[in-house]
Amino acid sequence: MGLKTPLGLEGMVNKSFPPPIVGQLFRLFSSLILTFIGLTAITFIIGRVMPADPVLAIVGDRASREVYDAMYLQMGLDKPLIQQYLIYISNVVQGDFGKSIMTARDVLDDLIRFFPATLELATIATLIGVFIGVPMGVGAAVYQGQWFDHLVRVIGLFGYSVPIFWLGMVALLIFYGWLDVLPGPGRIEVFYDGVVNPVTGIILIDSALQEEWEVFWNAVDHLILPSTILATFALAYIARMTRSFMLDQLNQEYVLTARVKGLKESSVIWGHAFRNVLVQLITIIGLTYASLLEGSVLTETIFSWPGIGQYITTSLFNADMNAVIGGTVVVGICFVGINILSDALYKLADPRARGD
Amino acid sequence: MQYLLNVEKLSVSFETPKGVVDAVREISFTLGKERLGIVGESGSGKSQTGRAILGLTSKNGSVSANHILFDGADLSRMTERDMRKIRGARISMIMQDPRYSLNPVMRVGEQIAEAFRVHTRASRRQAKDRTIEMLNRVKIREADKVYNLFPHEVSGGMGQRIMIAMMLIPEPDILIADEPTSALDVTVQLQILSILDDMVREQGMGLILISHDLNLVSSFCDRVLVMYGGQILESLNASDLNNAKHPYTRGLLNCLPSLERQGELAVLTRDPKWLEGGYNIP
Repeated sequence: MGLKTPLGLEGMVNKSFPPPIVGQLFRLFSSLILTFIGLTAITFIIGRVMPADPVLAIVGDRASREVYDAMYLQMGLDKPLIQQYLIYISNVVQGDFGKSIMTARDVLDDLIRFFPATLELATIATLIGVFIGVPMGVGAAVYQGQWFDHLVRVIGLFGYSVPIFWLGMVALLIFYGWLDVLPGPGRIEVFYDGVVNPVTGIILIDSALQEEWEVFWNAVDHLILPSTILATFALAYIARMTRSFMLDQLNQEYVLTARVKGLKESSVIWGHAFRNVLVQLITIIGLTYASLLEGSVLTETIFSWPGIGQYITTSLFNADMNAVIGGTVVVGICFVGINILSDALYKLADPRARGD
Repeated sequence: MQYLLNVEKLSVSFETPKGVVDAVREISFTLGKERLGIVGESGSGKSQTGRAILGLTSKNGSVSANHILFDGADLSRMTERDMRKIRGARISMIMQDPRYSLNPVMRVGEQIAEAFRVHTRASRRQAKDRTIEMLNRVKIREADKVYNLFPHEVSGGMGQRIMIAMMLIPEPDILIADEPTSALDVTVQLQILSILDDMVREQGMGLILISHDLNLVSSFCDRVLVMYGGQILESLNASDLNNAKHPYTRGLLNCLPSLERQGELAVLTRDPKWLEGGYNIP
């Protein structure tokens, strides 16, 4: 920083060319491209060497030899693996992920339909996890060993260890089957299907933009159960980590300093200790969000949620490799994107990580 | 003598899995507008004495005292709420290592200003001006630049000066300095001590200097308490330290290397009788 260099030198450093942002962007893009190449290569090779026959999946097992061979050539399977991969990549770069065998649509169109459903569910589940889990973890650390701490630990253990499919079915049974206060599976009542134009594909945003409030609230009702179920896991994890980070910070000496100054306990906790906990939490929350964006297959299946987890799994069962690779690329982009975001937030929260 | 602080029969004990540990056992002393040194080995209870005065003993410890009188009030019986008005504003404490005692994610200036704003109705602007002034007083150059630095960007010596500024900005009556120079380079130790000395003189405070360094305490303080095993074994004027009578104090002094004395250094021998109470200095 400024003090380490004499004033004259400092001016020179600041005017250096090219400006540091260029180097950072370059590093960012090269890491993005490398990740993309690695991700597609691995998925592609796994898809091709898998014993499942993609030709058979299209033509069916009663097709004649000629039809089979024609399709084999048409799909370019006679070419060497590396060439097949290069052809695939050049198509992907132009936005062509190929066709899905299962849905007979472009994979890209499918992804645009399925991904927003997962995005909506995962975002809300993460928000619930953060806004309930973090205060729970902080409270547990502050009241360590008292009843609130025990409660949080039991909830943490429960949320982490109870199988999500069981929880989902029991919740459906109680709130949909017996009490009938919440709607059943699906993103929205069939009745409202097609009322709003998909702009973002996220029903909450689309219906709010088009001021279709009935649709909006129906979608909210449908979100309550699956997002709560999905959030249980996120919440348990976030609360547990927050608790242990907070316990660690409360034993640090700067907390004693803050108390010596005569600060209120709430300022000591939220103004001092929590700002340090936040640094560590950013990574945890980012990872949780990314893993939820992958699509929770179990939750999506139980609630008939047309998300990307279900899409990839079904495609996998049908040897629909174009769809699988397409889905994997989207998940990979999410992971890398969230990593970049949490890196940036980390640097914002922790001055030691900023560097020069 | 007019005293600022009068401690009588202060005890601190800790609940541990291995049983109760008595860190401080019924010690009594007074502090006037003077510099009082408390010396002793690790675990002798000197740091816990400082913390107990501020009511900041950790949760697994318990404190008892006949009284800790300060300004007509008994700190040992004060509510947490009243205690907060004492901390910082009236009695403050500097800790050993600025690398740990400063909050790593806050600008140092904000941390100092916060200490001022807790106890006054000062605006942000006023607090900042006061902070810069305070940084100048602890001899930090380019104070307005340092204000915006983070703790990892300052050296140990500067960090400790920042701590001093932070703890003295509300102008307390008593400052407890717990090993304020032990984590610093020998070359900056003297600077820090002289700054501390100037500030204590200017503000007319009482100072409790906790240290394991006999030489430092004897040259810097007016009076010295020697602690061992949670008890005060001997209380003497700093100038008389070389004439100390208690065998423990004598033992400590003999452990120090000296230019005049040649040959092997003595090893400290401990006598359990010292702690049985009523050990009479021969």
